Amino acid sequence: MNLKLKALKKSLWVYHVSAGSCNNCDIEILDLLTPRFDVERFGIVLVGSPRHADVLLCTGIVNKKCVERVKEVYEQTPKPCVVVAIGACACSGGIFRDGYQMAGPLNKIIPVDVYIPGCPPKPEAIIAGIVKFLKEIK
Amino acid sequence: MEELKKVIVPIGPYHPLLEEPEYFQLFCDGEEVVDVEWIAGYNHRGIEKLAESKHWDQVTFLVERICGICSTSHPFAYCNAVEDLAQIEIPERAKYIRSIIGELERLHSHLLWIGLAGHFLGYNTVFMWAWKYREGILDMFEMITGNRNHYAMFRIGGVRRNIEDEDIPILKKTLSEVEGKIKMLTEAVIDDPVLSARLKGVGILNKEDIKNYGAVGPIARASGVDIDVRKDDPYAAYNLVDWKMITTNNGDVFDKAVVRLLECFESIKIINQSLDRIKGTKGEIWKEVREIPKGEGIGRHEAPRGEVFHYIRSDGRASSPIRHKIRAPSYVNIPTFKASCIGETISDVCIILAGVDPCYCCTERIAVYDKEKKKKVYSFEDLVKKSIEKTEKIKKEIGKESKLWKKLF
Amino acid sequence: MIEKLREKLGEKIKEINISNKKRIYITIDSKDLKDVIKTIFYEMGARYQIVTGIENFNNFELLYHFSFDKEDGIIVSVKTFIEKERPEIESLIDIIPGISYIEREIWELLGINFIGHTNLKHFLLREDWQEGLYPLRKGVKKDGRT
Ligand code: SF4
Repeated sequence: MNLKLKALKKSLWVYHVSAGSCNNCDIEILDLLTPRFDVERFGIVLVGSPRHADVLLCTGIVNKKCVERVKEVYEQTPKPCVVVAIGACACSGGIFRDGYQMAGPLNKIIPVDVYIPGCPPKPEAIIAGIVKFLKEIK
Repeated sequence: MEELKKVIVPIGPYHPLLEEPEYFQLFCDGEEVVDVEWIAGYNHRGIEKLAESKHWDQVTFLVERICGICSTSHPFAYCNAVEDLAQIEIPERAKYIRSIIGELERLHSHLLWIGLAGHFLGYNTVFMWAWKYREGILDMFEMITGNRNHYAMFRIGGVRRNIEDEDIPILKKTLSEVEGKIKMLTEAVIDDPVLSARLKGVGILNKEDIKNYGAVGPIARASGVDIDVRKDDPYAAYNLVDWKMITTNNGDVFDKAVVRLLECFESIKIINQSLDRIKGTKGEIWKEVREIPKGEGIGRHEAPRGEVFHYIRSDGRASSPIRHKIRAPSYVNIPTFKASCIGETISDVCIILAGVDPCYCCTERIAVYDKEKKKKVYSFEDLVKKSIEKTEKIKKEIGKESKLWKKLF
Repeated sequence: MIEKLREKLGEKIKEINISNKKRIYITIDSKDLKDVIKTIFYEMGARYQIVTGIENFNNFELLYHFSFDKEDGIIVSVKTFIEKERPEIESLIDIIPGISYIEREIWELLGINFIGHTNLKHFLLREDWQEGLYPLRKGVKKDGRT
């Protein structure tokens, strides 16, 4: 395993990108940090800038106004990074698939590594998804 | 002190208060804010147009996904609108169940707000507490509806799921636990000298402003305007149970917090009464609706943030609405910042904007611009930092007597 | 309520439609709009709710919704029609300051021009949105194509 990946796996710093979501996914992400789930015990920290992040947690359909911003955030993130699409919206467009503001889904805009479907996915599901992915990294 | 600053990092600048991620530009003169501009649309998904292509029944799911925090408010208002159009009277049991779901949502939404407000002021423990107690309510939701958010409980003519008798004692037990916690929070917040110093007299809205901007909900009630759709135009079971409307007179951020906290107790009262009434009784929970006639209907619901308004028009032939207008409460509440922010200092703006409980996801996109240089000088993170610094200062001065302070440290 | 409206507005009401006792729809001429709104908003003390814009077969329709909270929660909707050829109407921004954003939205999504509005810029859509493409018009499909 190369050194960069090893370092990445140790303590994930996540940045949360919301691009046209209904905010329920975003609440569930924040829920992860609060006492019941408390992912900080695993070294997972939400950071304030993509430049510090290892993981991008993306929610929402990526509407036409957000496209550039999402790309920009992705470019600013140091590589290697993990992009996680959270929620039906980010995975496929969900119920908004046919709308006129739809520019996504996320994998049309930036490369996605992990998909966590659900509307919204439960916090447990988000943890499970990320853990699964970490096990896969070699 | 250092400790406290460190805790802030994990929450980050993205806050899930959103409905739409929004973008504010504050034009400042030194420390003072002289103008504010709001740019929205980062979350615009074209729901009004999509609703015109979905079946009447599917629209309930679509409008549920407008906002995650008020995810029953929109279906509630939509069902009210269709029932107004088609003149449907829903069964009594459905009325109670609707009210229960609506009030549970108010509880979780207000707790969420209190947590975030605490975070903005540098009381991160309040944030963690409030969100922890909120989990209890989400558990109740999961028990009744099968999902933590996006409950899919509403349908035209009633509700989709019943509340079973054997669940009621468990629900009541959880509720009384939550009530105890909210009591503790309320006492801590209301008597706290630091919070009073920080929030009293900040971001005042008077009655005139409320009327001009058409503001609704806790914001209006904190300024002494006693409007509440649940009382003024009763629907569901709100006129069958006993509760009162909370109003205060100062219109500052402190009053907004007080209104929200006290409203929690009224909600608990409504839920308890409703649970008692449906316990041991049987009855229909929904009515079959076969046809939506031609016409137009208006439905509203008092969401946690204020009145949700849905206008719907049907031509009597198509299986979907031909026009569906949705107005969320934040749409009229956010513009009030024009009245409340201007003339305040930058360190207060953060909490004033948060005091509206705007449904915006990226408060992060607030950027402060220096008007002459047109250059970005503060990011939202800096704003939060400034706000926290100010609280720290006040804490040092009067913190020792603070009840909240004693509980926290 | 209906009597009160009749008394205050008199001739200006062209049609009253009562769908049930809490929902009143009145139709007026678009040139009377300002007077009518002034009367309802200032004299009768209604609360401004929102404006709905609709495209019909041969005209546009605007509905201004007002709520009388302390009078049984009656909602009065003021209806006015605009010709398709000339989609213009007076802006009410000097009567109700809060109306500014919704007028901008209707301009953007439905293509109705509000005379007197100083800030008709793109609000929800992108700055470089295709000129003349108004997503809420019936000719436009839900995915934004014509
Ligand atoms: S997946 Fe569902 S919960 Fe998540 S943003 Fe989309 S609509 Fe909201």
